[in-house]
Amino acid sequence: MTSTVWIILAGALATYLTRIGGDLVLSRFERIHPRVEAALNAVPAAVLTTLVAPVATTGGIPETASLLVAGAIFLRGGGMMAGFVAGAVVLIALRNFVG
Amino acid sequence: MAETIDFSDGRAEFRRGMRRAWPVIIAASPFGLLYGAIAVENGLTVAETVLMSATVYAGASQMVGIELFGDNIAPWVVVLSIFAVNFRHVLYSAVSGRATRHWSSLKRYFAFFFLVDPQFAEAERRVAERRPITFAWYMGLALPIYLFWVGVALIGALFGKLIPNPEALGIDFLLPIYFLGLVMEFRERPLWLPVVVVSAVVSTAAYYTVGSPWHVSIGAVAGILLAVIMPPPAAAEVEIAHEKLDRAVI
Repeated sequence: MTSTVWIILAGALATYLTRIGGDLVLSRFERIHPRVEAALNAVPAAVLTTLVAPVATTGGIPETASLLVAGAIFLRGGGMMAGFVAGAVVLIALRNFVG
Repeated sequence: MAETIDFSDGRAEFRRGMRRAWPVIIAASPFGLLYGAIAVENGLTVAETVLMSATVYAGASQMVGIELFGDNIAPWVVVLSIFAVNFRHVLYSAVSGRATRHWSSLKRYFAFFFLVDPQFAEAERRVAERRPITFAWYMGLALPIYLFWVGVALIGALFGKLIPNPEALGIDFLLPIYFLGLVMEFRERPLWLPVVVVSAVVSTAAYYTVGSPWHVSIGAVAGILLAVIMPPPAAAEVEIAHEKLDRAVI
């Protein structure tokens, strides 16, 4: 096998360890402290936000506008697909016709 | 509402999971396609490109990996970079592990191979809906997403040159829009807004000072710490929710 294949497999193993690591540690505890519970409860918002916010600051008008439009639709309960498609349309339209 | 659903019907649960997979596939496929195209452009073979999607199965880290392959960087640095980008999954695993305590360890460690961002978010939504995460539902969600992810990598690797201008198509920015949607899905949670604000500010600051990919872990930890130090009347509610869930579990 080439070294590229070995690196890919090692990267896959490292990734898999992250995907079971949290559970391996936490499953050793019978009781979860309320503070830990609060921490776990905050994980989705805390982690997913970091995948959006910094990127949002690096974009121009099309990127910012697409997030604003999508965000407004999400906020009004318009649903995942509606918001996503609207954001994508705004992004592609502005990139092609404005930027 | 939840009482009328038979969660022990594996096939029905699998189909319910599949229904939630399509939006994920629509949002992630362009990115997976782009990955396949860039990977081949950076010198990976088609087989290696597909292997990476099938085994690492984490978009952002795959992009980082193929960038580094081209630069003659020490292998351990590439692996460490992939690990760093994916470190957030440790948190997903801790949370989803708690919600799937009724599974055997073998099932859990098989299923968590598929614990990508949207898989985790959908699982947490189901917890919020006071529904148990059954293995059939989880795999009904996971398998289509996985198969499409591997499939589009192959298509991108074979036909990537035909994509004229990925930027004009917005492919590079579709996932942030989708992730914004995922963030918003959790807005009913206690402390949602303060957690989002702190994570956003700290991760952005870290992005410009410490640099990528560490801004993800740093921003996430900041948001989580906020939830830990805030007085938690909300934590009691969650406890009740989990107890209800445990009772609903088959």
